[in-house]
This record gives sequence, C-alpha cells and structure tokens, in this order.
Amino acid sequence: MSKGKYGVHGGQYIPETLMNAIIELEAAYEHYKNDQDFQDELTELLNEYAGRPSRLYYAKKMTKDLGGAKIYLKREDLNHTGSHKINNVLGQALLAKKMGKTRLIAETGAGQHGVATATAAALMGFECEIFMGKEDTDRQALNVFRMELLGARVHVVTAGTMTLKDAVNETMREWTKRVEDTHYVLGSVMGPHPFPEMVRDFQSVISKEARQQILEKEGKLPSAVIACVGGGSNAMGAFYNFIADKEVKLIGCEAAGKGVDTALTAATIAKGSLGIFHGMKSYFCQDEFGQIAPVYSISAGLDYPGIGPEHANLHDTKRAEYVAITDDEAVNAFEYLSKTEGIIPAIESAHAIAYAMVLAPKMKKDEIIIVNVSGRGDKDVAAIARYKGENIYE
Amino acid sequence: MSNLQANKISKIFKDNKAFIAFLTAGDPSLDKTEEFILAIEKAGADLVEIGIPFSDPIAEGLVIQEANERALSVGTTTDKIFMMVKRVRQKTAIPLVFLTYINPIFVYGIDRFFKACQESGINGIIIPDLPFEEKGEVLDVAKTYGVDVITLIAPTSKDRIQTLAKEATGFIYLVSSMGVTGVRSEIKTDLKTMIDDIRQVSETPIAVGFGISDPDQAKAIAKISDGVIVGSAIVKIISEHGDNASDSLYNYVKSMKEAIS
Repeated sequence: MSKGKYGVHGGQYIPETLMNAIIELEAAYEHYKNDQDFQDELTELLNEYAGRPSRLYYAKKMTKDLGGAKIYLKREDLNHTGSHKINNVLGQALLAKKMGKTRLIAETGAGQHGVATATAAALMGFECEIFMGKEDTDRQALNVFRMELLGARVHVVTAGTMTLKDAVNETMREWTKRVEDTHYVLGSVMGPHPFPEMVRDFQSVISKEARQQILEKEGKLPSAVIACVGGGSNAMGAFYNFIADKEVKLIGCEAAGKGVDTALTAATIAKGSLGIFHGMKSYFCQDEFGQIAPVYSISAGLDYPGIGPEHANLHDTKRAEYVAITDDEAVNAFEYLSKTEGIIPAIESAHAIAYAMVLAPKMKKDEIIIVNVSGRGDKDVAAIARYKGENIYE
Repeated sequence: MSNLQANKISKIFKDNKAFIAFLTAGDPSLDKTEEFILAIEKAGADLVEIGIPFSDPIAEGLVIQEANERALSVGTTTDKIFMMVKRVRQKTAIPLVFLTYINPIFVYGIDRFFKACQESGINGIIIPDLPFEEKGEVLDVAKTYGVDVITLIAPTSKDRIQTLAKEATGFIYLVSSMGVTGVRSEIKTDLKTMIDDIRQVSETPIAVGFGISDPDQAKAIAKISDGVIVGSAIVKIISEHGDNASDSLYNYVKSMKEAIS
C-alpha cells in the first residue's frame, strides 16, 4: 500500500535495499514525534544552540520605499549556520541518535544543508559524509572548507549535471551501500515518505513562530507569505501553520534562471510535468521519455529539477501559488535588500524578496506580507560579484 | 518477417542453470545492441535483460551509469528501443526482459508502455525503484499485457522476504550484495539462508545478480540457485571494445555458461 500521499503525489519509490531502513525510520519518527522528552530536547537544541526563535523583523525602509503593504522578514538567516536548514538537521540528527545510528550522510546544493549536517554531526558525535556536485563545490568553495573544518568528509560528485540532483543520486547510492549504521539526512521536503512529512514538521517551527509573532505585533494575520522554493523545505515550513488560514495567500518563488522560456531554468511548476523520481511522485523538469532535464539557476540551492510532493499538491489544489523569478531579478533583490535594510540575503532567499518587491506596491498599506529570509548571503558575495563582472575570488 | 513467439521465462530454468545477461540498449548504438543480443544468445545465454537508459540510474554503479550516458548521448529513446526489440524478435525466441526506472515507464504512459512490450515481444520487466509497496502503479496493466514484473529481494529484505516472494512471477532477482551494481571480488551475503526462506513460500526460480563477474563465482552461486545474472562485466566489455565487442561478448558468455552447466 502506497504511503505518504499528498493528493496523487508522494509515495515511496526506492530500491528494495532501502525499504527496511525507510520503514524503520517511519516507525521511529511516528514514535518520537509524539514523545514529549524528544520534543523538549529538540526545542532546547533549537533555542539554546541554533538561536531560535528567529526574529520577525519589520522592514520599515523597504516598506516605505515600495509604498504598499507592510513587509516583515522572518529572519531564518540569523540561525546558527546561517539558514533554516539547521531546524531540520537538528531534528533528524536527534532522531538518528535515538535510533542508534552512528553516521550521517547528506546531499547539499549551495552547501547550507551540508554545513548544517556537518555541524550537528560535530555536536552530537556522528561520523559525517557530504555529497556535493562539482559545479557547486566550485561556486561554493568556502562552504566545502567549512564542512571539512567541522570534521565532515566532502565527496565531489562528477556524475551527470554535477549539481544538487546528482548529489542526491550519489547519497542514495551511498545509503544502499551502508544502511545499518547510517542515517540519510535528506535536506528538503522531498524523497520517499516519511521524509517530506518529517522535514516539513521540523521546518514548521518557522510558521508556528511567525504566526504568533505577527499576531502579537499587528493583531492580525498577513495577506501573503512568500518563500523561495527549490525542493521546498523553507517554503513548506513558512506555509504550514498558515494553510488553515484561507485568507493568507501562500506564494512560492521558483528559480526561472535565465527565464522560463529558455532551457536554462529550474522552474518546476512552470515547466515540469508529473513524474516519479527521487522516491516521490511529483512534478519534474523532464522530456517526453521521462529523462530528467538538466536545470539551471544562479542559486545552487534552487537548482533542482523537482519539487516536494506537498507543494505539488498545494499547487494542484490552488492553495498556494508558484511564481518564477529570474537570475536578474534575484540579483537585483539581493542588492536591494543589502542596501535598503542592511541585510544580505542568500541568493535563494533573494528570489522571495524579488517577488515581494513586485507584489507590495500593488497592495494596500494596511495589508501585511511576510517574506521568509531563509538564509544569509555571505556565501554568495563572491558569486554575485562575478555575475556583475567583477573578478573576485574567495 | 513475422515475430517469433517468445519462450516462457519459466522454461529456461527447467533442468538448467540459467545464465542471464544484461546490456544497455543503445550502447554504443541500437544496431550494435541488436547484434550483441544475438551474439550473447548464440554463446548460450538463456535470457537477456535490456536496460532502457535513464538519466539518473540510482541503483547503478559507475560502469552501467556510463553506459546509460553513452546510450542517451547518441539519441536512444524508448520508441527506438521498442523498434530494435521487434527486429530482435524476428530472429530469436529467447526470453527478453527490460530493466528500467519507473519514470521512463510512467511518463511514456503505463498502458502504452506495456502494450508496446507485448507487441514487441518483451516477457518481463525489472524496475529497481518500484518496491513492493508501490508496484500497484504497474501490476494490473503489466498482467493484462502478459509482462512479468520481476521481484527484487535484497540482503536487507529480512522479514519482508516471504511477503515479496509469495507474489513473485517469472523469476526472483536476488540481489547478492549491498550497494549499487558493479563487479565485486567477494560476495559476503548469506545467500543460502535467504534462498531457503524464499523456498518455504515460493517455487518461482531464483536468479542471483549484483557483483558476479568470473566463472568461479558464477559456478558457486549456480550451485545454490537457479541462475546467475551478469551486468557490469558485460557492459565493461562493450565499453572497452565498442562496435567490435561481439566476439569478446561471445567468448565471455560462453565461458560463464559452461562454468554453471
């Protein structure tokens, strides 16, 4: 019987070799998610180690400059390790510890998830191996060294398109080689059940806090929540506790790359079709024979040909809307937020900022937008300089 | 020339240890794949697994990953593979089984895919990323068109073994080792115990694959099972000899078949 369905999406499409590991993980998660001691321990880690709750910051200058809706920024960039990724990683690492695993493996795109996993491994005493596409080790060289500094071993993946998709392939292959003592810390709301649900639950702390914070500050809910979407973990976390609030628009920003009408794009909802890959049924960028398409974005973290199954269903049911943001728009937003608010966002998060810049002026002044700033942009500074034609190397 | 009626899969295991050979369709070209299948059959193979190349073959080691890339880079498509299989079917009755991932099947259209399997003379299919829990995706349609969905059982299957084996048809693909496909010097899994477990609930023939490359390994495994499956070692010969691989394939398959007979 197929499990973990979101409408037609989701499921567990993985090799038999991994099935018992997935069943074991599912049973452990079902147990610990309702275990008060586990939840208390996780909350303690999130608060004392990762620095939660993250701030909901009123971006006054940006609001004034755009002249429309009030803009609040959910500051996931202020978390330890610099992004929302730590929320999920601490949850999964703690679960792996309870399951008696001694080794963590993970894929990474931009390096944020790899850094978070290496960090949790250092903290909790796991052996750690990270898989990263060569394209990404080149454009995020600093993060590679950061992971090594934290005691992880980084494997450079040279297969296929040498990006996030191939890093996932290689981590899955590694898991089939050594599964008994190893937990695969999947970094997004994707893959086989229970990952999409588990990662969403661990990330939902974002919207749990944001909902409470906005009610405290404004006494009402926002009109829109905006987040960037690759696999979709920060967006799922930012949306989740607002799903039942029908009046709140949920908007995911995909990476259009050079534009959705070009081949150089990673906009899955705009360009993809239904398929089954990386353990899940969902939308994927692919050809008529089901070959997964090479995708492109300036952002290594959004450079993925699929999207999590719960997002696919939110799209089908029209509960969330997905828009595509180009490299140029994202870079412009990256610079805009830096200059306007003194906050350098991750180039991934800049995709969400870019759409807020489009939307806010069209809205009334008494309306509110929450933008999830999923990560900080220090890692992107050299790449943006190169994009602008300046020859800076890290 | 009309199609030959394909032999039944079960027939090859009757009073015979089966040798099952794998190759990737379109590596280095579909014309060559056709020629190689016939050479492999002539050398004594009992069944040929034909890989439909996929952009992201997550169960494969490097050797077969590279074969997938070579095949796709020369424009191999599912449609062209069906045409190649039809040509092969005019020349041989050897059972033919596809190996591919669920996405190429799903996106082609499940009904359209299995109908084309029947029309071209494909007996069965192996889908590494379609576990027992998800096989409902294809099972009824595959049955309608007379295509066996081959069951894979892995060293980690443990308490799942009998559930999986009970519903197996065609043959059972017993995965010898952890990890991805590829040549291994030593197979450590306790295959005998797994085979005994399967035998308690199923009479379906058991063929062992993953990591087998030389005649001595094949001989030892054939003693406890109904057949051996060899993939990476064959694909390696193709990658080394390219268009001229027929003779080397013939000699290799002949030596393997002799070792298990």
